[in-house]
Formats: sequence, C-alpha cells, structure tokens
Amino acid sequence: MEFNIYDLSSFTAWIDRSLNNAMSPGWATAIELLIIGLVFLMVYALAGLFLIYAERKVCAFMQNRLGPNRLGPYGIFQTIADMFKLLFNEIIPIRNSDKILFNLAPYIVIVASFLTMGAIPFAKGLHAIDLNIGIFYIIAISSMSVVGVLLAGWSSNNKYSLIGAMRSGAQIVSYELSVGLSVITLVVLAGTMQLSEIVEAQRWGWFLFTGHIPAFIAFIIFLVASTAEINRGPFDLAEAESELTAGFHTEYSGIKFAFFFLAEFINMFIVSSIAVTIFLGGWMPFHVYGWDGFNKVMDFFPPVLWYLGKTAVIIWVIMWLKWTFPRLRIDQLLKLEWKYLLPINLVNLLMMAFVVLMGWHW
Amino acid sequence: MSSVTQYFKEIFSGVWSLLKGMALTGRYFFSPGEIVTQKYPDNRKTLKMYDRFKGEVIMPHNYKNEHKCTGCGICELNCPNGTIEVIPLQIVTEDGKKQRVIDKHIYHLGMCTFCGLCVKVCPSQALAFSQKFEHAVFDRSKLTKVLNQPGSKLMKGVE
Repeated sequence: MEFNIYDLSSFTAWIDRSLNNAMSPGWATAIELLIIGLVFLMVYALAGLFLIYAERKVCAFMQNRLGPNRLGPYGIFQTIADMFKLLFNEIIPIRNSDKILFNLAPYIVIVASFLTMGAIPFAKGLHAIDLNIGIFYIIAISSMSVVGVLLAGWSSNNKYSLIGAMRSGAQIVSYELSVGLSVITLVVLAGTMQLSEIVEAQRWGWFLFTGHIPAFIAFIIFLVASTAEINRGPFDLAEAESELTAGFHTEYSGIKFAFFFLAEFINMFIVSSIAVTIFLGGWMPFHVYGWDGFNKVMDFFPPVLWYLGKTAVIIWVIMWLKWTFPRLRIDQLLKLEWKYLLPINLVNLLMMAFVVLMGWHW
Repeated sequence: MSSVTQYFKEIFSGVWSLLKGMALTGRYFFSPGEIVTQKYPDNRKTLKMYDRFKGEVIMPHNYKNEHKCTGCGICELNCPNGTIEVIPLQIVTEDGKKQRVIDKHIYHLGMCTFCGLCVKVCPSQALAFSQKFEHAVFDRSKLTKVLNQPGSKLMKGVE
C-alpha cells in the first residue's frame, strides 16, 4: 500500500490496481463508484453537522453570546442531538399539496449540491472527476438547486412558500450572472476550465495576488454573488423568517426539512471551495518564487490541510457577512445586481482581458 | 457627469459603511471578554446583579429596626395596579400628640409590574428595590409580603 499524504494520486491508483486485479473491470468500476459515493455521503453529513455547529458558535461570538455550551465540552454534541431530533420528527403530509413535486423538491436540492462536490479538488489526487470543463460543470449543476426551491414553493400550496420561491427564482437568475462572469474573469486569467490545471497554475502565486486589481474585484463580487446564490443572509429573502415564516420550506418537516437545511450549509461549503480553488490556489501551499527555504516549510503541511484551512477562512467570511448585515429588500437586491455588480463585472472582465493581453499577469 | 460621480460615490460610501459594520462584529468575534451571557444556574453563587436592577420592592430598615415610612399612602395612590396596601394606625406619642404610623405595609409581589413608581414618588425614600430575583414559590399566598418588619418603628427625624 502506497499512502503519501502529499500526493494521494498514488493511493487512489493503488486502490484502482488492486480492485482490477481482484475482479473484472466492470465490477471494479462499480465498486469504485460505490466507494466514492459513500465517502461523499459521509463527508456531506459530517461537514453539515460541523458547519451548523460552527455557524451557531460564530454567530454567538459576533453577538457577544456564548452559543451552544450545555451538551458536551463547548456544546459540541448539540448539533448531533439536533440531528436526532430532526430524524425523529413526524413528516406531516400536506393536504392539497402536489404530492410528487412536494416529495421530489428536497432531493433535487440535495442532489444538486451532491453533484457539485464531485468536481472539487480536495487535495492532490483527491479529486473524484477532473472534467476539462470543470468550472462550467460546477456553474451549470449548482444552479439546478433553484429548481428544487421553486418546486418546493409551488407544490406546498402555501402563499408564503410561493412568494419565497418566486423571490429565490428572481434572485438566482440575477446573481448567477455575476457568479458566472466573475468566474469567467478568472478563467481568462488561467486560460483553462479544468480545475486541476487551475490549481497547478497557482503554484507560484495564488490568482488573487497574481491577477492584480481585476482578480481582487472578481473575488469580492464572487463572494457577494455566491452568498446570494446560496440563499444566505443578507440575501436570505427566500426564507425571510420575519416576513414569510420560513419561505419555501415552511411546510416541510422532519427529514425533508433537514435536507433543505443541510443543503444550505453544504452549498456554503461548496461555494467556499470554489472560491478557494480559483482565487486562493485550492490545495496549493503558499509559495513565493525564489524563497526555497520558505517554500519547503510551506510544503511540509499536507495539501488537505491547506485546502481545509483556506475553506474555513472563506466560510468564516461568509458567516461574518451574514451576521453583520440586515436582510435586503427584493428591489434593493435586484438593484444591487443589475445596477452595480453586473456593470462592474463586465468592465472588470475587460480589464482582466487587457491585463492578460499585455502579459502583466505572471 | 454629476450622475456618474454620484454613482461611484454611492458605491464607495456603501462599501465604507458595510466595512464599518463588519469591523464592529469582527471586533466582537475576537474579544471574548465582552461576552454578556451569564451561565446562570452554574454561577449562582457569584452572580451579582446591577445596582439599577429592579428585583422586588423592599423597605430598608436600619440596625435599630427603624424604617422611614410615615404611612402617607402616596405609594398606594400611585401604584397602577393595586399592588400596595398601606394599613395605617393612630398612636399617641409620649408627649400626648396623635401620630399616624403604619400598621402594615402590604406588597403583593404577584401583581407588581416593577414600574418603580412607588419608589420614585416616596417623599421620604422609605422604599427601594432589592436585587433578589428568584421569586418562584409553590403557594401564591407567599407572594403577599409585609414590608415593615415586626416591632419596627419610624426613624427619628422623618416626618
């Protein structure tokens, strides 16, 4: 067994080889798919639980509170208890709801976030599927979750759900543009859509630093627009507890509500992962060209740690945004996108193209 | 031209005000000393309430078991929901004068809204708020309290 924490491709290759030696190629592929699915399911559940705990703690500290502190040291078992509570909750069937769509909606939301996770490079060699149009795939798949939200709102037979879903539709249609354009800005810089190559291109400097001002503006716009896209505060008017009770998931209970809840947190994780991959070098350690000793020290930390650390920082920033700003009104939301973010983004794309054309990036 | 400058001005002033808010919450996040949550049942021994906290109305007595209440009844008149009942008593002092003192100053804690009017209007500062806040009892009649201690007298010099 060849296990090297710095380059996991030999480890995955070893699994592939031993499976192919033991059985026919068809079965080997099937078992590999099963392993990857199980690993992702576990990551999904664990990351969800951890993120909910982290959210509650971060929120509490930003409001000068303590947060969960009763169950276990520092309340670390609180989310596990909450999960069991949600699992045991009764699933209430809604009269006059559209049964098929009502039951389908949570799965669409969760499948969309699940599919996106497959294309994220977690570490060197730890990458389920390395498409040559990885970024395109991620943008396409992640916008699928709005279908689930719209279905949930429509099929609930509840006016609040419908209003929440319509708001969410308007919001995602608008902000998808900004996310896409800010990512395209970076694709112009990288010259490729393949996520592994984008990470490799940042070996001697993350794009946030080598891309000059356009990359920085694109980073800010990406953070704002993706916060809106995952329906998180201050853009959470699809849920808007104070106006729409719970928006599109008002009528959901038990495990189906948990699916929406979990998907929201995992989407935050995915968005942070994408931000890390295209702006902050993914799993690539921090290198400075010429400082060999410094680079050696940075290389000492395994790529998985680099990836997780950067993702945690971005997640913390997104939580910081949520717990600082008040919720936008729907007209303010659309004004922000169409009058500010989109024009700035288009000019920014031109600027980046100019920078690349002049060869100023490195 | 002015609308263009207005546009950019709006962007920068907006970003600036957002950053100010983020600076505040960021400071809170990194300063755990400012946390206001009290782990109440755990720190019951050391918990100290603020001076201005309105726990319940009391009548302070000095070491000679004397209070300042003249029995004028202004607190009873001012109480919005009949929480206070002053039962006066006519006594004759040593030099033969008639004097009005209190027999009982009854306080119904169960009806009190802690508005503080009685404490505010008392002309001789006979009433005050204590900082005790654990008022739960098993019998409602225990919420009716007599504020003047048995055998207490009016303080000398208070009219």
